[in-house]
Amino acid sequence: MKKVMTGHKAVAEAMRQIEPDVVAVYPITPQSEIAEYYAQYVADGLVRTELVPVESEHSAMSACIGAAAAGARVITATASQGLALMVEVLYIAAGLRLPIVMALANRSLSAPINIHCDHSDAYLARDSGAIQIFAESAQEAYDYMVIAQRLAEDEKVRLPVLVNLDGFTLTHSSQVVETLSDEAVKGFVGEYKAVYPLLDVDNPVTWGAFAMPDYYFELKRAQQAGMEAAPDVFLQVQEEYAKLCGRPYRGFFEAYKLDDAERAIVVMGSTAGTAKVVVDELREKGERVGLLKVWLWRPFPRKEITEALAGAKAVAIMDRAISFGNLGALYLDVVSGFAGREGPVFVNYIYGLGGRDIPVEHIAQVFEGLKRAETGELRYLGLRE
Amino acid sequence: MVEIRWHGRGGQGAKTVSQILAQIVLREGKHVQAFPEYGPERSGAPVRAYDRIADEEIRIHSGVYHPDIVVVIDETLLESENTAEGLKPNGVLIVNTARSEDEIRKVTGFSGKIIAFDATKIAQEAGTGFPNVPMLGAVVAVLGTDPKVAEEELKETLSHRLTPEVVEKNLKAFRAGYEAAKGVYVGG
Repeated sequence: MKKVMTGHKAVAEAMRQIEPDVVAVYPITPQSEIAEYYAQYVADGLVRTELVPVESEHSAMSACIGAAAAGARVITATASQGLALMVEVLYIAAGLRLPIVMALANRSLSAPINIHCDHSDAYLARDSGAIQIFAESAQEAYDYMVIAQRLAEDEKVRLPVLVNLDGFTLTHSSQVVETLSDEAVKGFVGEYKAVYPLLDVDNPVTWGAFAMPDYYFELKRAQQAGMEAAPDVFLQVQEEYAKLCGRPYRGFFEAYKLDDAERAIVVMGSTAGTAKVVVDELREKGERVGLLKVWLWRPFPRKEITEALAGAKAVAIMDRAISFGNLGALYLDVVSGFAGREGPVFVNYIYGLGGRDIPVEHIAQVFEGLKRAETGELRYLGLRE
Repeated sequence: MVEIRWHGRGGQGAKTVSQILAQIVLREGKHVQAFPEYGPERSGAPVRAYDRIADEEIRIHSGVYHPDIVVVIDETLLESENTAEGLKPNGVLIVNTARSEDEIRKVTGFSGKIIAFDATKIAQEAGTGFPNVPMLGAVVAVLGTDPKVAEEELKETLSHRLTPEVVEKNLKAFRAGYEAAKGVYVGG
């Protein structure tokens, strides 16, 4: 059914339909409305979820960990400083292989304090062990919340999954979203059966054990196996979901007019939509340009992205966060696939920090800039200098 | 694609009507975006809200720089802000004011189509006090949207939070706003 709704509402709707056992959440702009909608659903008796109104994001993630270890299906949401506060325990959620799904309403990190979008928060959790997916629209945020549930809970994966949606640009913007029926979503996510639940008192297990130099390394290697299993599971769940919803989700990324492109942009989140408009405009003028929009950022689909970009002459990789002291994280991800082999020229663009708007003219400048570029260049888009 | 910018003050319902408009045009099968501009939010502060309406999927996620329609709910903003900024020459400027079209043209410097009418008075006479609804009526007229479709949506949306009596007053205010702007179309 098609409705006009904000990104918040789209995420909250997916959560209502999934109906997790536990939601532990603490409000923070621009995520708060997700928590508010869900609290309303609980108050109205639309869901049987145990809502835990905690006193901080650290507590939110801690409550999620406790509930997930007990065997519950768990969802939370946060943004910016909230994620920063969560990160200590997010690493533990991943280390314990707990399938916690989280909507991350992307927002800059302080200082200076700012409530608007960039991807600094997602980048902060880059190495946490959580799977990360980026949405272009409220529709994708809805769809990937449902997909994330199955991905997180797959026995081979069992990891937290972050679904990123751009703060304000997607969370607070009303868009047309097509939702599935409650039955379809419930049928898709199925009944959750936790592995080694703490509350299975007949089969007692230890969670959060101590590991000294004798075993820590092996346990971390085993955690990496969850990440290694994730791509195949992602594709399989996404394919199944695409059949269910009728939207053409396929692959780890969307290749938009990329096949014969000489110049290409790699980007994550809502900016991909604006970039598509520019690709269309330039294509009409006969310019061979294209776009690669990353859905799955962690684990990073290096091999597939390398193949997709191998035919281009110049590629702009756009990072919506600074990795201070180095080129952008997405830039390094993409370029790493070309180590030891011939490839296009790669330029890094840092853009959109703290909600700086990205009009079509700026994207057009990127494509123009790719006509004269050298690998390793770092450029700032939309910055006043 | 038609882009609309609403100017109001916090509490006047610019954001609310921008969202109701989105629901109205969805009923006609259009694609739509509605979003406010977020600064420090407080009652009485200048706020802007936007709509994008198109027949095809809307993928752009940037701000609106060259609107086709500008709606000024609070005329005190005419002096403090450049409300006609970026408005396309063949666009329409709709202002809630008791002043004449010529006076508005002088204040804003806009040379295109101007619709000036007293939405505050309409709202008062209808018994609602909120000029945003007659302004919505004017936008629906300028877009050439079926007013019956718009009324159905408005009625349904408002019925969630208002009594039938107050909903009826709002529909009356909506119709008066629609009539005030009827005959002027965007882009024509």
